[in-house]
Amino acid sequence: MAELLQFISSGLTVGAIYALVALGFTLIYKASDIINFAQGEFVMLGGMTTVFVAMAGVPLPLAALIAVVATTATGLALHRFAIEPARGASPVVLIMITIGASIFLRGVAQIVFDRRFHSLPPLLGADPIQLGGAAILPQSLVVLASATAIVTLLWLFVDRTLLGKAVIATAANRLAARLIGVDTRRVVALSFGISAAIGAVAGILITPIALTSYDAGTLLALKGFAAAMLGGIGSAAGAVVGGVLIGLMEAFAAGYVSSNYKDAVAFLIILVVLISIPQGLFGRAKVERV
Amino acid sequence: MVSLVQTRLMPAIVIAALIVVLPAFFPSAYYYRIGVLVFIFALAVVGLNLLMGFAGQVSLGHAGFLGIGAYSVAIGPVHFGVPSWLCLFGGAALSGVVAFIVGRPILKLKGHYLAVATLGLGLLLAIVLTNEARWTGGPDGMSVPRLVLFGWSARGATTWYWIAGATFIVAFVLALNLMDSPTGRALRAIHDSEIAARVLGIDVARKKVAIFVISAMYASVAGSFLALFNGYVTPDAAGFLRSIELVAMVVLGGMGSIVGSLVGAVVLVVLPQALTVFHDYEQVLLGLIVMVFMIFLRRGIVPSLAAAFAGRRK
Repeated sequence: MAELLQFISSGLTVGAIYALVALGFTLIYKASDIINFAQGEFVMLGGMTTVFVAMAGVPLPLAALIAVVATTATGLALHRFAIEPARGASPVVLIMITIGASIFLRGVAQIVFDRRFHSLPPLLGADPIQLGGAAILPQSLVVLASATAIVTLLWLFVDRTLLGKAVIATAANRLAARLIGVDTRRVVALSFGISAAIGAVAGILITPIALTSYDAGTLLALKGFAAAMLGGIGSAAGAVVGGVLIGLMEAFAAGYVSSNYKDAVAFLIILVVLISIPQGLFGRAKVERV
Repeated sequence: MVSLVQTRLMPAIVIAALIVVLPAFFPSAYYYRIGVLVFIFALAVVGLNLLMGFAGQVSLGHAGFLGIGAYSVAIGPVHFGVPSWLCLFGGAALSGVVAFIVGRPILKLKGHYLAVATLGLGLLLAIVLTNEARWTGGPDGMSVPRLVLFGWSARGATTWYWIAGATFIVAFVLALNLMDSPTGRALRAIHDSEIAARVLGIDVARKKVAIFVISAMYASVAGSFLALFNGYVTPDAAGFLRSIELVAMVVLGGMGSIVGSLVGAVVLVVLPQALTVFHDYEQVLLGLIVMVFMIFLRRGIVPSLAAAFAGRRK
């Protein structure tokens, strides 16, 4: 029982981070049909910038804020200088551009920061909380609470504000949205900015638990992408559920099977799910017109 | 007959001539080495291009098959004493069988779902290769015995230059012929519209699996060559970054252009070698170049240049 509780707590923590990464994928995909493989680099930039700004003597909360702002600016720049000029290119070309961007950002991080692993002090101390025999890190609670807050805020933004409605309109039908006066280019730029900010926050939250380095983004992007697909690409609820599911599956696989094969189990289950439900858990089947 | 040679096999003849003539200008053995790597990657990229460019099916896990080929020529001779050349064919057959088994369910998926499924497949293969250390040497990899044919041992970049070059030409011609066959036309029909192809009586699922198997075997042979040439293999051969590299070569050269596959391989093999001069800035420049190429030559180098050239001639 204590074991189970332990796995659930660690699975939920990692899962929350995957969910945030998946949400970033989903947001950009909704607005522009682009799969942004530089999403993992946003996470890395969030963590690494906080570490280095804090090392320069800036108080941690301010350092985190600077990191989020810097990463958001990176996201906006990515859209402005790499995505916008390639408007109308095929999906594969756009994917290659974002992969190019991710290599580029990794390279920049290597130069600006370094190649070592870094950590941050946890927000609420490092003493584990004992619960039913399981030792739960206080940072896990911080991660879960922050992830919940971000998801709620995002939902409120999309559901309650005019700009949010413009995002929904753009996602539903870009041409129609433009006809009713939505500046769809700004909406796409906004989606890159918000995704980058969410990624940065995820990176800052996970660094005290999982360490970060210039190349920490790759695997996170893969897991996040898989989570978004598991939930059904383009579904925000699917992204969150997919992320949490993958986190839990990994934790159980690591605990009950073998920690060497935890990544394998996650991807194996994704294969099985996709083969039996080709459009993901929450996605809608596409009707092809001839 | 003359026109057939001119239209279809002309690129193969030109490339074969280039392969023969180029070494005359190589200042050192290092250039042979680069040449070998270009041919080996081009071999895998031609196969992947058949799948991506012609049949329109993305694979983000193709390095998995590269890994099967590479480890076949490593594990076979070391653990079972099977001769390398037999393992090369065995690896290709194994890759074909794996592609055949997983192909049907996976290729039912479309677009990004297919991308994530193939990604998962590639990662699974890489994870197995990393963790079964008893057989594969784990993350450190294992050494690969030299290829021995009829008592003659293939070693050195010069020898491999001719082996890989000749194999590439054969694979190149095979791919050109395949694309001009009924199967090739069926695949292009599938690319344009699956439903329309099915209405025309094409067994879509079977054709897709067939091309998946063929491209997996191309990748496997390339993987075997790479391992035999380097004399060493690590799980990176099957990793995600390798898969991405292969896709980048296909897209950069031009999807659906077999000549483009060679160009893509040349650019992405030679460029990192040239960029090592810049040390720390290597990755930055590589990322930048990929982005710039894709933004300005979005149809790929060969088709974009061909279109520009045709436009000027008019």
